[in-house]
Amino acid sequence: MGEENWEPAMSEIREADLGQPVQRSRRLLVYRHARITRLTHWINLLCVTTLLMSGLQIFMAHPALYWGQFGADTDRPTFEIGANESGDGPEVGFARIGSATFETTEILGVSRNASGDTVQRAFPRWATLPSWRDLALGRRWHFFFAWLFVANLLAYFVAGIASGHLRRDLLPSKQQLRPRSLLKDALDHLRLKFPHGEEARHYNPLQKLTYLVVIGVLLPLMILTGLTMSPGMDAILPWLVDIFGGRQSARTIHFVAASLIVLFVFVHVAMVFLAGPLNELRSMITGKFAISFEDNHE
Amino acid sequence: MSNIRLARRQFLALGAAGLGGTLVAGCDRLSESSDVQEGLSSAEWLTYRVQRLLGGRHALAREFTASDVSPVFKVNGSHMPEGEEYAALLESNFANWRLRVDGLVAKPLQLSLADVRSLPQRTQITRHDCVEGWSAIGKWQGVPLAIVLQRASLLPTARFVIFHCADIYERAAGGTGQYYESIDLIDAFHPQTILAHSLNDVPLPVGHGAPLRLRVERQLGYKHAKYVMRIELTDQLGRFGRGKGGFWPDRGYEWYAGI
Repeated sequence: MGEENWEPAMSEIREADLGQPVQRSRRLLVYRHARITRLTHWINLLCVTTLLMSGLQIFMAHPALYWGQFGADTDRPTFEIGANESGDGPEVGFARIGSATFETTEILGVSRNASGDTVQRAFPRWATLPSWRDLALGRRWHFFFAWLFVANLLAYFVAGIASGHLRRDLLPSKQQLRPRSLLKDALDHLRLKFPHGEEARHYNPLQKLTYLVVIGVLLPLMILTGLTMSPGMDAILPWLVDIFGGRQSARTIHFVAASLIVLFVFVHVAMVFLAGPLNELRSMITGKFAISFEDNHE
Repeated sequence: MSNIRLARRQFLALGAAGLGGTLVAGCDRLSESSDVQEGLSSAEWLTYRVQRLLGGRHALAREFTASDVSPVFKVNGSHMPEGEEYAALLESNFANWRLRVDGLVAKPLQLSLADVRSLPQRTQITRHDCVEGWSAIGKWQGVPLAIVLQRASLLPTARFVIFHCADIYERAAGGTGQYYESIDLIDAFHPQTILAHSLNDVPLPVGHGAPLRLRVERQLGYKHAKYVMRIELTDQLGRFGRGKGGFWPDRGYEWYAGI
């Protein structure tokens, strides 16, 4: 990358300028994340965690998913969590997708309560909010944090568009979208080879695309499918039901999108650990991100 | 080296488990606090205000066609009210049943099932959404609640409509589990809010609330009171049940169940 691709909006501070010893000749602290990005990131983490755990609590009340406008006990579920009582033996938890059934005792369908007894519940107690079965309280948590989540995401979008953050930092360049660079980036990820020097100033193409899909598709999809489950909102915005093909389809998509967000979080946290957890965490707390140049000049 | 790595791995695993356990315990402590519960409940007021602002009085719930109707409409909650009184009503095919309309009204009413059927009727195929997450589509027929309320002539102080039901759902230690529900006047006068006596072209089966149940289509299933015996107009919800305006609201669920 040449000089012209240097990020003009990022302020550079040499560590020497901060009165700290220069450890290596080419280590640069850049201002990576604006305050609003850092703030909304952590609020979002709080919201998504609470929404996920209270969402699992709500799902426990009827752990089956359907496709279409309606779906209840006698209708055929596309996904289902349950428990089988196998004669005298212990109960067996299962998850069923279509016609494929998986045994999931101790996690899905059957797990232990606070006193260690085996009980029928779709999700284990450590995964739900509150840990005991309480649909009413789960809904209270869910809808309170749903409002906070929406407000936080809106604040991020407004700030991100106004400051140019979304376009500048998350929109991949034409160069980055070339099959060659996408392939190279995918291989680099597989080899756990992380960018250094100039390349580390920007997100790599897969990183940009992932963030865009999560922020631009999955999170808004959670809100829209969530609203579609509200009978009040369906009267106000009838097209919600149409775009998802029914309230029960929307409920299924809500669950699938939530699962994809969980998958993203696992990969995201793994990447933070592999790329240097202290540097990455600091950048999301203070905004400063260290880039090392020495490896770039072999 | 590998020992150190193993120790580190164990440390991390234990640390993660400890942190997770602390978080779960912390969340449970928060969930038990009545201040936290009250704070979380503030979202209900916001949802109510925003949905009323956007949907107002007249936004209609979707109506479906006959081909969309669920093959089986699930029975939930009470399946059959207990007690001799209801049994006697059922045996006489509700010939002696009377719907009382009273409270803050100028003209209290006593309506027989024949009276209810002879009033102007509305038929609607709508989706019933249970708070548990499932949905069923059915065809309901009945008299719009607005017509009954107009005949009873509301006093200006009336703000809520209470539905007293025949069923006791859970006999609780601290009082009865008598089912009741309530709605505001916006939903009471909504065109799709009806007192239904038929489901899918037959008189309401007992499991679905015979002889009469409320349909309030922009809210969740528990608001749709079954076995309605008496309709009472009131200016406040505090003096009914445990004061939250309904059997399930008294047990922690939202009074406004539009979500």
